[in-house]
Amino acid sequence: MAEPVPLALLIEDEPQIRRFVRTALEGEGWNVVESGTAQQGMTDAGTRKPDVIVLDLGLPDGDGMDFIRDLRRWSSVPIIVLSARLGEQDKINALDAGADDYLSKPFGVGELLARVRAAGRRQQTGGGAHAVIFQFGEVTVDLSLRTVHKAGALVHLTPIEYRLLSLLVANAGKVLTHRQILRDVWGPSHAEDGHYVRVYMGHLRHKLEDDPAQPKHILTETAVGYRLVQVARE
Amino acid sequence: MPFSNEQRPDPDALLAMVNLRESKAQRGKLRIYFGSSAGVGKTFAMLLAARKMQAEGVDVVVGLVETHGRADTAALLEGLEMLPAKSVTHRDRTLSDFDLDAALRRRPMLILVDELAHSNLPGARHPKRWQDIDELLSAGIDVFTTLNVQHLESLNDVVGGITNVRVWETVPDTVFDAADEVVLVDIPAEELLARLKAGKVYFSQQAQHAAENFFRRGNLMALRELALRRTADRVEGDVQAYRVDQSIGSIWKTATALLTCVGPDAGAERVVRAAARLASQLNADWHAIYVETPSLQRLPAARRETILASLNLAQNLGATTAVISSPDVAESVVAYARKHNLSKLVIGRDPNRRLWPWQRSSGQRLAVLAPDIDMIEIGREAKDRGSAARTDATAASFAGAESPERHKRKNLRYLTAALACSGVTVLSMPLAPHFDRSNIVAIYLLTVVLVGMRLGRGPAALAAVLCVSAFDFFFVPPRFSFAVSDVQYLLTFAIMLAVGLMAGQLTAGLRSQARVALHREERAGALYELARDLSGAIQLDQVVKISDESIERTFHATAALLLPDPTGRLDLTSSRSDPELKVDLGIAQWAFDNAHPAGAGTDTLPGSEVMYVPFRAPVQARGVLALRPRNRRLLKIPEQRQLLDTFAALIAIALERVHYVGVAQDAVVSMESERLRNSLLAALSHDLRTPLTVLLGLAESLTLGKAPLCGEQLETAVAIQDEARRMGTLVSNLLDMARIESGEVKLDLQWQPLEEVVGAALDSTRSLLVQHHVEVRLPADLPLVRFDALLIERVLVNLLENASKYTPAGSHVTLSAEVSGNDLKVAVADDGPGLPPGREEALFQKFTRGNRESATPGVGLGLAICRAIIESHHGSIVGVNRPGSGVSFSFTLPLGTPPVATTEADLEAAHG
Repeated sequence: MAEPVPLALLIEDEPQIRRFVRTALEGEGWNVVESGTAQQGMTDAGTRKPDVIVLDLGLPDGDGMDFIRDLRRWSSVPIIVLSARLGEQDKINALDAGADDYLSKPFGVGELLARVRAAGRRQQTGGGAHAVIFQFGEVTVDLSLRTVHKAGALVHLTPIEYRLLSLLVANAGKVLTHRQILRDVWGPSHAEDGHYVRVYMGHLRHKLEDDPAQPKHILTETAVGYRLVQVARE
Repeated sequence: MPFSNEQRPDPDALLAMVNLRESKAQRGKLRIYFGSSAGVGKTFAMLLAARKMQAEGVDVVVGLVETHGRADTAALLEGLEMLPAKSVTHRDRTLSDFDLDAALRRRPMLILVDELAHSNLPGARHPKRWQDIDELLSAGIDVFTTLNVQHLESLNDVVGGITNVRVWETVPDTVFDAADEVVLVDIPAEELLARLKAGKVYFSQQAQHAAENFFRRGNLMALRELALRRTADRVEGDVQAYRVDQSIGSIWKTATALLTCVGPDAGAERVVRAAARLASQLNADWHAIYVETPSLQRLPAARRETILASLNLAQNLGATTAVISSPDVAESVVAYARKHNLSKLVIGRDPNRRLWPWQRSSGQRLAVLAPDIDMIEIGREAKDRGSAARTDATAASFAGAESPERHKRKNLRYLTAALACSGVTVLSMPLAPHFDRSNIVAIYLLTVVLVGMRLGRGPAALAAVLCVSAFDFFFVPPRFSFAVSDVQYLLTFAIMLAVGLMAGQLTAGLRSQARVALHREERAGALYELARDLSGAIQLDQVVKISDESIERTFHATAALLLPDPTGRLDLTSSRSDPELKVDLGIAQWAFDNAHPAGAGTDTLPGSEVMYVPFRAPVQARGVLALRPRNRRLLKIPEQRQLLDTFAALIAIALERVHYVGVAQDAVVSMESERLRNSLLAALSHDLRTPLTVLLGLAESLTLGKAPLCGEQLETAVAIQDEARRMGTLVSNLLDMARIESGEVKLDLQWQPLEEVVGAALDSTRSLLVQHHVEVRLPADLPLVRFDALLIERVLVNLLENASKYTPAGSHVTLSAEVSGNDLKVAVADDGPGLPPGREEALFQKFTRGNRESATPGVGLGLAICRAIIESHHGSIVGVNRPGSGVSFSFTLPLGTPPVATTEADLEAAHG
């Protein structure tokens, strides 16, 4: 049975960027649909049912943020955001609105491909949450038994640490903002206590990473949030 | 169960209590060791308690304690920190006294200051020690002090009556009642006498005699009873407050409130004290008013000051005071009582000075006007009469000492009256043969009335007497003699005299009323004018100018407005300085900081020639008015003081308004410029980064293309990629620098572990440092630090990039952190060639590099950004050559107090 060819929707107003992104994606075996405007993009997203959307935040005919909000009402397709703006707030807002990942311009093609690949994989498996056993590095998480092993040895996690880890596992590859993590692990009343996340993330790293100061899996997206990477970069 | 209306606590009262408690929380706590007389061991008890507090770890300082040479007391002082006393030279003698400023500087948690009732030496900031203590409490310092019962203001006269020794150093009851704790130090009279005999109670040589009279068994017992009672009253008050607080019980403060009137008699003080005692027994609020009738207004200044002193005493005893200007005492008293819902009236018994049997005493008149108000008449003391006469005598002597000019004018009026009478007589002489004598009488009457109207009461009386005499002498037969043949002329004389006196009285009354009205109108006019002028002022200079002129005009004084600079220090430059006005900035600053008037005419440093009135605006004090009136008595007249306070309030509001106009303008301007800058930078960022993205992406797609490139082409493509990436970093650095340089960068400060940004920085510099040996040394127990993660990451990235750029491949790079004092110190060190000597500092300047024009890329913006970022975090960054080889760049971040992270158990509990 021939595997269906995955489809990426690229919404970007700069033709040169569209050009090399298309080249790169097609090289990976993707079909690419290009849109120059948010409106056209929305139509394409509805009609073509893409597996991944790559979205530039600064579009001539509207804010990328509105696009994400509108799309999220009816679709859960992964969105990777491209931003050339100053500061991190745009990215955080985009992620909170429902984007899965982001890249700051200028970005390398390699990075983009890695992100698209990860997003496509998530889309296919329907996210890591359905898998019972999740592995990264030497760590094995058994979601049905609620146990965590590192290099074969059982690691004891506190309830909050486990909740945090399972949230990361469920969204492996995806960037989670501080706000999202706080809301899901601590509840909505703690939305302002950002240091909780950082402190507990530190605990997790000390228990699961070989060198907590140079983590390979539980990565920090500075000022934005965290990301669990299943396959460490070399 | 629902509360019935009587039981429900009054919400206003509860709110007041909450406010009181809040202000109390910031204020220090006052504990008074209270005793019936000297020698009961108050100081001893206070020191014992202080030692106990010290043992519990409280920071205790002895501000001033008199041991009176007692060894056991002195022994207790050992081991307690003593504040050095201030020595003051007074009349060629060097005296030592409590040093308030040193205490405020030292700021202990608890300070001991003996003798609450002590009067400070002249020249001190406050005349009384209790005012010093009040300032200590305001500064949040707890105070222990001591007090004897005879020094309590409201009991002062009672104690004086018992012991025949009247003390002059008193403490207002409000201070005693407001104390947080009162500890009664009590021993039986017999034991005290025994201690006295044993020489354990110390008195100076001069006081020896008085002390012998004072320490009699009867006296001591009476004093002890007073002290016990007063303490019991207080405890009862505490119990009641507690019950109200806890909403238990049914005893609620009744709506009873007292009103007392202060009159010109010497007994006023007695009435005030009696009312104060009554009010405290009834646990009621009380008011004291002084109704100033035109005749009272004519009293000499010394008498008026006595009245105002009584009113002041009432205020010190806790009364609400008011001065009312009205011709009818009884009516205005009743009106005041009705307006403030005061159901009990305390008045002094009227002296017997009724002229006519039908005149009623004011007490009777009050009873008629307000039959529903309870009246309490306070008896008079026999000796009060004597003292009244004495005050009158001083008043008379004061009146005699009025200005020569006024004296001359007064003489002139009498002379005019006499001349008018002689003139009329001369003119009437030729008429005598032709007119009836009754017509001549009419002419004289007219003269008397006219004199009364024009010249006042005194000249009218003179004119009446002169006219009667002249009529008798020149017209009544036998003419040219004072003899009277017809008895009926005696009636004529009497009527003429009466008419003259009444006309004079009437016009004098009218004139004084008119004068009062004129003054009132002048005050209202001045206020109106100031308010109108100030409402038009939109600039500070205008407000200062208008206020200066208006005050100088209204108060006949030299004035200056002292305004604070942004740090809250007053300076003189804001106002035109007048050499005549010698402003003491120290006093002015005190008045400003405490929002309390100081200097002449106040409680604080009254020795100064200049009065300092703070401009108290709703939000904060806005400055100080320095005022030097040409006539110092002016400041004591209540109307003038009220007017001055109103002026100050008006100016304060105007200053505050001007201040906020400025703030609003600044806010608009800064918002506008920030918006502009942000949109400019955002556009710049977008326009620079988009082509870079294209460049990088296209170059990269060349290397990833399906058709592999040959060696040279691949090298070119990789070089383009590298340059594009470097360009990207440069753009980021430039944009960040622009943002930080503009001074408007908003740090996103968060409490976080350093480890996280270190990880992120190492991650993003990994490709640069592949050929270096990187070592990270972070202690596991580093505290959370508050910083902007993105910016600190940029610092670390720049430092790591520098290390990779300026050291050969294979060098060691060490990133370490440690707590050092109040800072977290982070260092990035390498073992490369090090910095060029002497250029360590210059490297942090913009566009500086270690070696000029070297092949190593970068414009040297990196370190300048690092410095800008670290300095915006209130840290510091330095680069030094390490001994041996290499360089170490290190920066500090202030530690602060991290928020308490809720433990997991708490969170679990919260989640249920």
